[in-house]
Amino acid sequence: MNEQHLFSITALFDIPDEIIHAAEEADKAGYTRFDVNTPYPVHGMDRAMRLKPSRLGVFALVFGLLGAFGGVAFMTWVTLVDYPLVIGGKPFWSWPAFVPIAFEVTVILASVLTVITMIVLYLKFPNNAHPLHDTLYMKRVSSDKFGITIQADDPKFDEREVRAFLGKMGGKDIAPIYFDVEELNHRQKLFNPKFFSVLAATAFVVSATTYVVFNKVLYMEPFSWMSTQEKLKAQRPSELFKDGIGMRPPVEGTVARGFLPYAFKGKPDEAGKDLVNPLLPTKEVLERGKSQYLTYCSPCHGNFARGDSRLQGQFPNPPTLHSDKVRNWPDGNIYHVLTEGQNIMPSYTSQISREDRWAIVHYIRVLQRAHNAKESDLK
Amino acid sequence: MTSPAPDPGVRKEFSEKVKRLAWILLIVGVLLYGAGYLIDAKRSAFNNAIGFLFLASVASGSIFLVALEYLAGAVWSVPMRRVNEFLGGLVAVVPFLAIPLLFHLHDLFHWSHVEASAGDTLLTGKAPYLNVNFFIIRFVAVFLLWNLFYFLFTRNSTKQDSTRDPRLTTINARLGAAFMPVFAITVTLTAVDWAMSLEPHWYSTILGVYYFSGTVLAALAAATYTVIKFHENGYLPNLRRDHFYSLGALMFAFINFWAYIAFSQFLLIWYANLPEETFWFMKRWKDGWEYVSILLIVVHFVVPYFALLTQDSKMDLKRLKLMAIWILFAHLLDMYWLVMPTYGNGIPFGWMEIGFPILLVGLVLVVLSYKVKHNNLVPVGDPKLERGLSFRL
Repeated sequence: MNEQHLFSITALFDIPDEIIHAAEEADKAGYTRFDVNTPYPVHGMDRAMRLKPSRLGVFALVFGLLGAFGGVAFMTWVTLVDYPLVIGGKPFWSWPAFVPIAFEVTVILASVLTVITMIVLYLKFPNNAHPLHDTLYMKRVSSDKFGITIQADDPKFDEREVRAFLGKMGGKDIAPIYFDVEELNHRQKLFNPKFFSVLAATAFVVSATTYVVFNKVLYMEPFSWMSTQEKLKAQRPSELFKDGIGMRPPVEGTVARGFLPYAFKGKPDEAGKDLVNPLLPTKEVLERGKSQYLTYCSPCHGNFARGDSRLQGQFPNPPTLHSDKVRNWPDGNIYHVLTEGQNIMPSYTSQISREDRWAIVHYIRVLQRAHNAKESDLK
Repeated sequence: MTSPAPDPGVRKEFSEKVKRLAWILLIVGVLLYGAGYLIDAKRSAFNNAIGFLFLASVASGSIFLVALEYLAGAVWSVPMRRVNEFLGGLVAVVPFLAIPLLFHLHDLFHWSHVEASAGDTLLTGKAPYLNVNFFIIRFVAVFLLWNLFYFLFTRNSTKQDSTRDPRLTTINARLGAAFMPVFAITVTLTAVDWAMSLEPHWYSTILGVYYFSGTVLAALAAATYTVIKFHENGYLPNLRRDHFYSLGALMFAFINFWAYIAFSQFLLIWYANLPEETFWFMKRWKDGWEYVSILLIVVHFVVPYFALLTQDSKMDLKRLKLMAIWILFAHLLDMYWLVMPTYGNGIPFGWMEIGFPILLVGLVLVVLSYKVKHNNLVPVGDPKLERGLSFRL
């Protein structure tokens, strides 16, 4: 059994006005080492106890400024140095967009770091033992009572006088608080093996439970969520077929809908001879051809097919389509180039549909005609 | 701790000096306004619109504060509620400020020219809303509603002085609940009709909230100034530091709210970068208006923010009084910034711009001195009064 020392005399009050009055009186009576515990912040208490303003506000200011300037500095670095990106045609350093983020960073740094500072500096983490902890007094003041505690190390402290003083003010449940020197001085080791083994064990149990629940328990027969179904699945093995593959290969010579194979692979001349434009040069077809031409062809060949796009000089120059060679080509040859590509020009089968390619051919013819108009066209 | 006895039902009269000052200001204001009207009717119409928006703010915001107190069951503000009620009484006067404007709709509002909007797709599309008849109907409806609620709130409140019937508080709380959506819509309509439609091609969905934030701030500032003046002159002797602190804290909150909304409006329009929205801000960022815009930020946010930041500043009556006047001025500047760029011609500022505010101050003082004479300064019958007087933060 350790020696018990008197820490303080406590008293409880029912309403905030009483506790403020008690604090004022205690201050007036000359006590300096006393404290007040309330279930919620009672405004005016600082003034009643004549406390000096807390320095915690300075920390909050510093952290807040750190957040504001840090946030702006980071965004400046990102937008100017690390990854300059034009967004909506705005300048790289567009400060209005930074304001909400800087504000959030300010708030989060100021609040979180201030709380941590308070825990470390003021609550002396990890050794937060205090004689008032784990007492009936603390239980009451954390629910619905307002308590004052006058400490034994006060120079004016005298047990009988303090009891009389608290009683005179109407304090209830006046009681002494004792503490145990050894317990108070016992410092919790932050890095003690027991703590860490329990921490590790907890981590293991939590992870394992989570894993088992989400991967096993939830997929037990009653909760299979229809995830096991007795059917063939693409790209899964199956015992039904001899080769053990679930997905069946198509019969030889199968043609997918809308994917007619191109019959003139590597045969431009045959294409020119045998292929006929299936579309009529109606207004709709020409409009379609124009829009497709302007989307896919004009970046290299130019809006008027003169091979004069802005890419000139950056690639091997794309040819004009007004050369005699191209003008004398049958439609099939142009179509073949669009389909297969030529020199550096790639195949456009994946971007432009068959009909659109033929529409482009019509439109190229229109451009050629406009460029080398016949006498009769000018009438 | 014993709470002070409730004030007896007192009615006071302003001193002769104040009453004389009120009438002098009102007459000087009317004369200046009349002179301005004769010299440049269009410019004085714009000034009139600024003044109208400003006083509509104070009046409707005060009714909102009364409704809010009842609805939230607030205790702390009960001893000061009459000040809000008095200021709310301005709703009966404010519509008369708009009557000269109704004869100058063509000067103020481009959309009112039917022939101009005929070839304009946007204005044709907005015509079902923006036309003179519907505009006047909305104006009348908004003020009828405000006056109706003002009448009901104050009738019940004054009746309670003699009957001391706690049920009247419940009735007013229900009225408060009914008033909230009405207020939300009417204050938005006021902002859209009188501020946004000055530039009929422009739209900002947040402008209603923007005007609302200024409205509540102006009403709070007017109430704070009046309460402190009354307190200092012995009209409301039993108020404590905690009451003033709460007023200051609310003002501080709404200063931030205004800045938040004002910046949100700017950010959204800046970010989307649509020409039909940005031109409104561009107008306020050239030809010298950029200085007015920066001044508005400083006057309406930066200065009051730092002046009311600390705990002590909100308990310092001198500081609070100064900031209340400051904020009222800032709200006037805000309205000027909203309205005047449409008038054009650089930054018009001269005796014509000062005339109307003088008229407003005189008007408010005259209304207040009438209200103070005929009503109890404290709601003596309110069941929450005693708790309100012994209010502690």
